[in-house]
This record gives sequence, structure tokens and C-alpha cells, in this order.
Amino acid sequence: MRVIFTQAGILRGARRGVPMLLGIAPFGLVVGVIALGKGLSLAETLVMSAVVFAGASQLLALELWTNPPDVLAVAIAAFVVNIRLVPLGAALAFWLDHLRGWRLWGSLFFAVDHSFALSVAEHRAGGRDAGFLLGLGVFTWVGWVASTAAGHLLGAAVALPADHPLFFAATATFVSILVALWRGPRQDVPAWLVAAAVAVGAQALRLPPPVPLLAGALAGATTATLAETRRRRQGEEGGA
Amino acid sequence: MTLRWDVTVAILAMGIVTYLCRAGGYAVLRAVRTPPLVDALLRNLPAPLFAAYVALALSRQDLAAVLASIVCALVQVRWRSFGASIMAGVAAMAALRWLGM
Repeated sequence: MRVIFTQAGILRGARRGVPMLLGIAPFGLVVGVIALGKGLSLAETLVMSAVVFAGASQLLALELWTNPPDVLAVAIAAFVVNIRLVPLGAALAFWLDHLRGWRLWGSLFFAVDHSFALSVAEHRAGGRDAGFLLGLGVFTWVGWVASTAAGHLLGAAVALPADHPLFFAATATFVSILVALWRGPRQDVPAWLVAAAVAVGAQALRLPPPVPLLAGALAGATTATLAETRRRRQGEEGGA
Repeated sequence: MTLRWDVTVAILAMGIVTYLCRAGGYAVLRAVRTPPLVDALLRNLPAPLFAAYVALALSRQDLAAVLASIVCALVQVRWRSFGASIMAGVAAMAALRWLGM
């Protein structure tokens, strides 16, 4: 399969990002409102969203925010939350291995959980245009910066209660992505159940974030890998 | 539109660390030839990561969130549309809240 990188692919990725805004915008509004509450100016909030572009780590860093800021503490917060991104880039090797220069390092800058997962889904569906990842990433970046700015500007006006249905959009986005990654009961059910059980179990043991998430993801990936290896071995024996 | 230098330094530190997470993993794993087991683990990581995300998010919410997630998932299965699926989830949540859940 020959990998290409075209404007059409970039636009296709950007269009795929449109519904994702429904999940991103409420989260961005929340981060903008909290940034305001922690005394960050609009310019500082914009720079943070543009440079860091990782909502959960921005939220955690803002919770630890002091005046003046503790540079080491916020950098560690960013590292701990974003360490989940380390394997994501490597798992996109099917496209990234064919890119060089700004296309490669730019695509990586704009890669987030959504664009990563949707790119895997696109690749599984036969997509071979790596521009998809960059287009989706840049579109998401614009939406993220704009929604955090909107949150900062609206400030007290968006003081929605914590159980407002709009905030459910973040969870709904993840559910929707998870369904798109479905392959079949034998391949996915055991791995997904193990991932969910280990994550919730680690959380019940009061392990700090993002340990429950990482432990669940790794346990699920291990389960899927073991099942895959066993199936391949059985297939070889059956064929012999 | 103030931009304090100490705040900017803290933000840049967060940005550098985050970019190292995004690009560093790929750069290292490309330079070092990974064993097939690591390849298989990475290939199988995305879906369990989101399964863990969803499980953690739902564990911190109520029954209405679980029901709304089911609606959201069913719409995605039936129509393969992220927009419709997310809106259905939020609408279901709003309806359940309105019903008093």
C-alpha cells in the first residue's frame, strides 16, 4: 500500500474533525473558565492552548497553578498526563514512516487522542493519505484554541452546573470513537473488559491519575496481543 | 493582553515536555528496531486506551451517563456518524436529566 500526502487528504481529515468539535468545545470552555479563575490573561490562555494543545494536562497544570508559577511542577504535570502520547506516535508508523520534514514533525505536533484514534480507523478502512492526520489535527487545534478563548471571554457567564448535559459531550466523544475502533467480539471484548476493569480497579485503589488510565490501556493491549499470538499459533497448527 | 515572562516560561516548559511526548516516542521507536511483541502491543493499544477512558469517565458519573452512552454507541453503530452519535448522547443525557435522573 503506497502512502500519499495530499491536500485532499488534509481536507478530508479537517471535515472529519467537524463533529469532534462537539466534544472538544465544552472541554475547551471549561479550561478557559478555569484559566481565568487562576488569573491567566486571555493572551496567556491562548498561548497555553496553542503551544501545549493537550486539554487534560492543561487542566491538571491549572489545578497546580501558583503565582508566580512553579515551572517544574507544571512541566511534571504535563509530562505525567501526556506520557500516554508516547506510544500513539509510534502506533501511527503506518503513515508516519513515509513522511519527512515538516510533514512528519508537524503532523506529530498536532496529533491528539481524537486524531490518532480516527487515523487508525481511517487506515483500517483502507485510507492511505497521511494528510488526514495533519488536517484533522490542525482543525482540532483551531477549535481548541478558539473554545478555550471563548471560555476565558465568557468567564462567569458559562458558570454551568457540573452535571449540565453539555459536559457529557466529552464522554460521548470517547464512546463514539471507541465504537469506531470495534473489530469483532473475539478480538475486542476480552481486551476492552480487562482495560476497563484494571482502570477502574486502579482508581479504586486511589492510584493517582494517569496511572489508572495507563494501567488499563496496557493491560487491555497485553490481553489483545496474547489472544492474537494464540490465534496465530492455532492457525499455524491447523494449517500444518 | 498581558503576557508575563514567568507564566510564558512555565507554558513553554509544558509545551516542550508535551512535544517530546508526542514526537519523542515516535523518534526513538523508529531509530530502535522494536521486537514483534512491542509492535503488537502498540498496534493493540488504541482501543483499550479508549475503553479505559470511557470506563473511568462513567465510573465517576451516574446511571444517566451510562444510559446516554448506550444511546450514543447505538447511533454510532447504526449510522456511523460521529456528529449524530455525540448529539444523540448529549440529547439523551438532557432528556434523562429532564426526567429527573
